Amino acid sequence: MSQVNRISGGQIDRTQSIRFTFDGQPYAGHPGDTLASALLANGVQLMGRSFKYHRPRGPLSAGSEEPNALVELRSGARQEPNTRATVAELFDGLTANSQNRWPSLRFDALAINDRLNTFFTAGFYYKTFMWPAAFWEKVYEPIIRRAAGLGSMSRLEDPDEYDKGFLHCDLLIIGAGPAGLMAALTAGRAGARVILADEDFRMGGRLNAETYAVGDQAGADWAAAAVAELASLPNVRLMNRTTVVGAFDHGIYSAVERVSDHLPTPLPGKPRQTLWRIYSAHAISAGGATERPVAFENNDRPGIMLAGSLRAFANRWGVAAGDRVAVFTNNDDGLRSAKDLQAKGVDVVAVIDCREGGDLLPGIRHLRGAEVIDSGGRLGLKSISVRQSSGKTEVIRVNALGVSGGWNPNVNITSHHRSRPEWRADIAAFVPGAGGPDNLISAGAAAGILSTHGALATGQAQALVVLERLGRSAKPAALPKAEDAPIAISPLWYVHHGKGRAWIDPQNDVTIKDVKLAHQENFSSVEHLKRYTTLGMATDQGKTGNVIGLAVMAELTGRSIPETGTTIYRPPYTPVAMGTLAGRSRGKEFKPFRLTPSHKWATEQGAVFVEVGNWLRAQWLPREGETHWRQSVDREVLATRKSVGICDVTTLGKIDIQGTDAGAFLDRVYANTFSTLAVGKCRYGLMLREDGMVFDDGTTARMGEHEFVMTTTTANAVTVFRHLEYCRQCLWPDMDVQLISTTEAWAQYSVAGPNARRLLQKIVDQDISDVAFPYMGAGNVTVCGGLRARLFRISFSGELAYEIAVPTRYGDAMIRKLVEAGAEYDAVVYGTETLGVMRIEKGHVAGNELNGQSTALNMGLGKMVSKKKDSIGMAMAQREGMNNPAGYRLVGVKPVDAANALTAGSHFLEIGAAPIVENDGGWLTSMVYSPHLGSHIALGYLRGGDQKIGRRMRAVNFLNKTDIEVEIVSPHFFDPEGERLRG
Amino acid sequence: MAKHDLNPLTALGHDLPEVIAIGPYLIKERFDVALASVAMRRGRDKDLAKAAKAAGVPLPAPARAEIVTPYSAFWVAPEMWIVEADFGSHEDIAGHLKLVLGDAASITEQTDAWVRFDISAADLSPLLERLSNLDLASLPIGYASRTVIEHLGAYLIKRRETEVTLYGPRASAQSLLHALEVTAKSVI
Repeated sequence: MSQVNRISGGQIDRTQSIRFTFDGQPYAGHPGDTLASALLANGVQLMGRSFKYHRPRGPLSAGSEEPNALVELRSGARQEPNTRATVAELFDGLTANSQNRWPSLRFDALAINDRLNTFFTAGFYYKTFMWPAAFWEKVYEPIIRRAAGLGSMSRLEDPDEYDKGFLHCDLLIIGAGPAGLMAALTAGRAGARVILADEDFRMGGRLNAETYAVGDQAGADWAAAAVAELASLPNVRLMNRTTVVGAFDHGIYSAVERVSDHLPTPLPGKPRQTLWRIYSAHAISAGGATERPVAFENNDRPGIMLAGSLRAFANRWGVAAGDRVAVFTNNDDGLRSAKDLQAKGVDVVAVIDCREGGDLLPGIRHLRGAEVIDSGGRLGLKSISVRQSSGKTEVIRVNALGVSGGWNPNVNITSHHRSRPEWRADIAAFVPGAGGPDNLISAGAAAGILSTHGALATGQAQALVVLERLGRSAKPAALPKAEDAPIAISPLWYVHHGKGRAWIDPQNDVTIKDVKLAHQENFSSVEHLKRYTTLGMATDQGKTGNVIGLAVMAELTGRSIPETGTTIYRPPYTPVAMGTLAGRSRGKEFKPFRLTPSHKWATEQGAVFVEVGNWLRAQWLPREGETHWRQSVDREVLATRKSVGICDVTTLGKIDIQGTDAGAFLDRVYANTFSTLAVGKCRYGLMLREDGMVFDDGTTARMGEHEFVMTTTTANAVTVFRHLEYCRQCLWPDMDVQLISTTEAWAQYSVAGPNARRLLQKIVDQDISDVAFPYMGAGNVTVCGGLRARLFRISFSGELAYEIAVPTRYGDAMIRKLVEAGAEYDAVVYGTETLGVMRIEKGHVAGNELNGQSTALNMGLGKMVSKKKDSIGMAMAQREGMNNPAGYRLVGVKPVDAANALTAGSHFLEIGAAPIVENDGGWLTSMVYSPHLGSHIALGYLRGGDQKIGRRMRAVNFLNKTDIEVEIVSPHFFDPEGERLRG
Repeated sequence: MAKHDLNPLTALGHDLPEVIAIGPYLIKERFDVALASVAMRRGRDKDLAKAAKAAGVPLPAPARAEIVTPYSAFWVAPEMWIVEADFGSHEDIAGHLKLVLGDAASITEQTDAWVRFDISAADLSPLLERLSNLDLASLPIGYASRTVIEHLGAYLIKRRETEVTLYGPRASAQSLLHALEVTAKSVI
């Protein structure tokens, strides 16, 4: 199809042709076109179907406020639903499809909904589908979801990348129309750091869509010259295709830059979009104004659009939306559209002006005191019915109608901190209210100054205000001459006529009737009106419809518009893709990894890794022939208990604690005493929260008189450090204590098993015999002939065990050295599974037991809470409820029949007791298969557990449908006397 | 230098530090710097200042780095600094510093807690404004601050208009480098 509606002029490059398709049909456009302008140029007005009634729809606007012309853009994994055709930049090869229709856009079977509209009024789903209740989730909701909604998702992974970034400026200017450009010129010339952001790909705002002059140039030319000057200033950053979507605290704004949306695919390595966080000392909202329509019966047909948009299509894109055009207006700006179209040679058949009296437009049939009361045409506008001032009704044949009900300043961003817009009767619109974001001021149409001169003047004036606040002197330049027409508007929200539907929010299919119904059912607050009717929701957020809706409500309630009030806007200003918010944090890069010092070696061994926070730890290290993880783990456990095993324990938190008060500090943060610990020794420590619950545990070694090394669990490494810093800085600032994390500075390996000492003695340069380095010893040593290292004789496995630490860069060499030295003892390297088996065999608590709801007493560690000193949590641990003799106690659990597998999370029940909450005795916290005992074993919290050792109970798990008879035993399954670890 | 046969690996897991050029950006992993934290013991400000001055250990003001030899330093927290020295001559940097600063400060070896990348380019802004919320353009040379890069806590030191040093957590060296690389590729 040729571009039948292309007329002269416009800011498109006619020397180049762009091919694109819509619903599979090929079309041509030009660089500078949007999808909407190109389709209109090709005579296509029908671009979509409405949300609820599946009514045929075309574009209402020419900008980001568009509610109707939503399409699925691109194809395959890049298919994006609900994209506004009015802002989709045309590129060669673009594919677009209409949405929410079946089987085709022209014939949509679900248009039957339109006939059934009486059943689909506002809130219909609150009133219907009530019975039977079970049908809601399985039947009604799926049907409604299938019938409603707009575009569809590809369900394929987004192949594009998204970026984020941070910018800083003295002044952020939102919008590059006449006000924004003038503000940027004023501030930029004065040397301020300026960011000028505009959602359009071409800066200039309405100047690109109008015919009037600025100075001695066409407005668009003045804008282009201003942009060129700004681009030459190093202190000014121009950001087109960038929408400022939200205002946040402390002068922070978020902006989405569409880096590659105008290209078929992003250039290699380039993001599709970038989410910017802009830190600005000051900001000027210069986002212009949005026109609103006047509602009348059947006012949603393709071809009926905002008068200013009709004008914009003609002036900027050289497109006449139809060849027989009418304009329906309540203000002088609507007349401009008629004049501009006529000047372009378009047949303007009538101007329907609701106002009485006044001058008539020359050369155009200007009907004063008239209203459009209805329209005709199934898939596009064919006629309008006009009620003249005499009361006579006339049908006029047109295929495009521009409607102007006045202009709403874009108060959106000024509302983001809950500032309520204020009503200005003289322009019949809301303007920014007091209490908006700090240091955000408005200029131009966004402030309700609706002339070009006013925009230029206030843009300059507001920039001067900012410059003064910044302490910069500036000499204002002479303003270029520009039109300064007064606002002449006679508010008209909807045409009182007939019983048909008149749309106020076409995107959500909200009509005047719906507002009336909301009022009738007492949802008359604007907030209720919004939720009950869905007015102002979805992609356009009511930019064109909200004010009409509340004006109608005001009329129904007999209140004024200011009394009725308005809902306020929240970020984002326009829709933001989830991918943009995620940025680079997706897939494998969702979060950073932490790799252990033995990672390279473990990878070479084919280790299976598990995520532990951000760490990747070896879970088990399979050997050839092993087909099941249990084979590997059983082997690792048995070999360690028999001879020696090695495990990377670097991930445990290490905190260096120094200072003359370090010992006293530890006494306060640990429940047990550390100040008495001898230099060269370590001790198990239990840390409580203020509420007396156990926070964390670990060993702390005294490396010098005023120097300790604390270890924490892997999970709590950060939270414990943060807690200690809080204690040091806030609770006891007078203590001489210094802290720093050394977790990653040292590669630390556990060497455990009967042959641990023999293995290590081959590596450690000093004597580590039981006499020279006894149980719970700690100290600085050297290894391999001189490398500084730390040695701790501590055991998590219950075996004779040490932890040896070397500077991390030598960690890879050390694991290789340990394996080599251990070869003669058949040493194994084990992972976290084996670690877990051995600690459960030994009855040591870990994450599952340290669940934040357990006390030292629950864990069987009550005696560790020293009452001889004050420590965090000690007082609260004395509470009666926390010392209940019948409370939870850590117990060991064995199945009576060793063939039965236990499941963690099972609950204890007495044999014969009903499985109800009242009979719940506690739960299994950790479960493993113990190859040593040849049975599953578990730890658990059991009420009065310490008095139930030897008793038989049931471990019941409804999720796994298991009910197993178990014996309650001591949690110390293995070497309860601890003879091995002291060996 | 201690005598032993243990082969060190860089934070990126290689024998030698990496040098990566992406367009105008040069990212150099540094493996030749020893680090230690120096935290003043309470009430020992005069003792520490005197000892540090005598030993040539700079203790720069908040948010500042001082780059001299043999010791450089940058401020990390009130009364706390990270001191840098050549690894070859100061592998046991904590031992060296304890000798000269005595008990006026708590000193902790930090050499292998960090990965260091020196990043240089004629204009670093396009890269760093996508990684850190620091306003690089307005920062003076010698500025040092904590910052967060792709969820990782890091220190940034502005050495020259055309060069910054990043210290990030060693265990996440690959993740940090990944962030630098993909960002650099997106802006060239």
